[in-house]
Order: sequence, then structure tokens, then C-alpha cells
Amino acid sequence: MWSFFHKLGSPPWMYGISGRILSWLLPLTLLLLAWGAVWGLLYAPPDFRQGHSFRIIYVHVPASVVALAGYYVMAGAGAVSLIWKMKMADVAMKACAPIGAALTFLGLLSGAVWGKPTWGAWWVWDARTTSMLILLFLYLGVMALYAAWDDEALAAKACALLALVGTVNIPIIYKSVDWWYSLHQPASISLSGDSSVHSDMMQPLWLMIAAFYCLFVCSLLLTMRGEILRRESNTGWVRGLLMTGEGGRAV
Amino acid sequence: MHPVRKQRLWAVVFIVVFSSLAAGLVGYGLRGNINLFFPPAEVAAGLAPAGQPIRVGGMVVVGSVERSTDSLQVRFAVTDYQATVKVEYEGILPDLFAEGEGVVAAGALDERGVLRASEVLAKHDENYMPPEVADALLKANTAGVTP
Repeated sequence: MWSFFHKLGSPPWMYGISGRILSWLLPLTLLLLAWGAVWGLLYAPPDFRQGHSFRIIYVHVPASVVALAGYYVMAGAGAVSLIWKMKMADVAMKACAPIGAALTFLGLLSGAVWGKPTWGAWWVWDARTTSMLILLFLYLGVMALYAAWDDEALAAKACALLALVGTVNIPIIYKSVDWWYSLHQPASISLSGDSSVHSDMMQPLWLMIAAFYCLFVCSLLLTMRGEILRRESNTGWVRGLLMTGEGGRAV
Repeated sequence: MHPVRKQRLWAVVFIVVFSSLAAGLVGYGLRGNINLFFPPAEVAAGLAPAGQPIRVGGMVVVGSVERSTDSLQVRFAVTDYQATVKVEYEGILPDLFAEGEGVVAAGALDERGVLRASEVLAKHDENYMPPEVADALLKANTAGVTP
């Protein structure tokens, strides 16, 4: 287990393995996204009260779920970076922030577009929407904090601290609809079965959630590869990579 | 594990635990203020200030909606099955506004205890189903069969 952990810290190994993973994960992601989107947006039945506007669920829920999960990835990478001073953990943490920010923004935007016809308002300051806005600011904060230092080791340390302190927001977002009176409805789906979404609508939603998880991993690996090349641009293995044009397969 | 790393691991654990604790205490201190609306039971108990902007949320009482014939004036009652608050509103209601469904009304309580609303929002519940399923459920309910 520890040898695997040490390999994770090696930029050439990480670059090589991520290329191999992407070679099959990227097509799989596109397939899942296309399948889920066509099924959800065209073939799933309309809702009995909301009609077709409920279809925003197929973007809103996956984006929001993965935005929350992505924060744990970022904070976890931050913890590894603080404890083991592993450079690849810094790279992973830095790569998570813009992806998470984009997903959070997508969740907020799709929620606002759905809220206008359904609730009657674009935005309401209830516990769920406000804590989600804080999540966006946390992601943007990590991006800004990283850019504020010239010394990357120092920047990673500060960002890891911010990311770790921010983890407290994730259970708050998740439970906000149960702890307080909010306009946002309680959770519709649960892993323990008994979802309050009809199965004809739920199946494409599971597909879309899986697709967004894959999309997150693909974006993370692609961003990390770019960052690895930038950091290691003066090393022999990157030069060798460029000379042989081996793409992702060189280790 | 290397002692220095173990020390850093403890620092990470302390950061997470104490920031959670701090956030938890803040949340506990603000517990009432984070709620978006008052349920009618709290309004009836006098917990909601009169004459100040507040929100009241609950279910629209079935049969309580009265619409004016020559204006957008509408009156209805909101309940949490413990108490009821009357609401007066002039304006366009959201599409999902219906009797027996959730609603959040923003406004101020007048001296009669009626909420003069400036905004009415529909509160959607967590149930999603196709129209045919909803029809079948309704038929089963009226036929006395529990779904």
C-alpha cells in the first residue's frame, strides 16, 4: 500500500498512469453523458406538476452532488499535502478548485433557472442556497489564495488550511434542508432505496450522476497533467516525452 | 509513521475538529435566524414580530383561496396543521401555487394578525412522478385504496 502511495508522489508515474486512465475514461464519460442526457431530456416522462421544467434536475443534481464530493477530494489532497508534503497532492488540490467552482456555479445557475418558474424567484436566501454560495466562494478563495503567493509550497500550505477549514460547510449544505425551514425541497434521492422520484425519471438521473463523477475525474486528471508538465518543464523526462512524442504512454 | 508527519496529522485533525466545533456553535447561536420562514404555529404563539418584514411558510388550506374578480387581489390561509395564518396578496402567483401545496409568503403581519404579503413563492416538495402515475395514485386514493 505504501509503495503505491509513494508512486503517487512521482510526477512521471502520475503523468503516465493518468494518460492510460484517460484513454478509456474519456470515451466512457462522453458515452454516459450522451446516453443520460438524451434519455433524461428527451425520453423521460414529464413531471405531473412541473411539466418539462423538471428536466433541469438532470444537470442540477449531478453538478451539485459532484461539487460537494469534489470539495472532499480537494480537502483530502490538502491534508496529504500538509502531512506528507507531497507535490502531487498540491497539484491535485490546485486542479480541484476551478473544476469544483465551475460545477458549483452550474448548480447555482441551473437552480436559479428552475427556481424562477417553479418557486417564482431566481434567488432566495435560504440555508441551502446560501451555503451553496459559500461553497462557490470557498472554491474561488482557494484559487485566489493559490495565485496570491509566488512560492508554490507556501501557497499550497495556505490553500490546504483554507480547504480543511471549509470542509465544515459540506455537511451543512447537505443537511441544511432538514435542519432549518428552507424553500429548497428536502432530498429526493437516497442510496438506501426509497427515492421520492419515480423510477422512470430516476434511472437517467443515476446515469447523469455517474457521468458527472466521471467528468470530474477526467477534468481533474487533464488539469493535473497540464500542471505537472508546467512544473516539470525543465526535467529530463518531460524533454524526453517531447522528443519521442510518446503522448500519455511514456513513464 | 514518521513522528513529524504524525504531528502534522494531528494538526490537520485539530483544524477540522475545531473549525467544525466553531461553526457548530455559530449555527447553534443563530439557530432561529437561519430559518427562512415562520411556521403558522410560531406566528400563533406570538413569536413572529408584527409590523416587520417576515416570511410565513406552510400548506395552502384547501378551499381557502378567494380571488377578486376585478383585480389581482387574492386571499388564502396557510397552515402547518397546528395553526393557521391568513394571507392577503396582490400580484401574480407562481405557476405551482395550488390549494394543498406548500407556499412561502413574505410580508408583514397587520394588527388583525393577517399577513399582508408582498411576495408569494411556491415551495415544491421532493416528489417527482409522471402524470399517468399521479392520476393512478389519485384514482386509488378516491377509491379508498392506500398506495
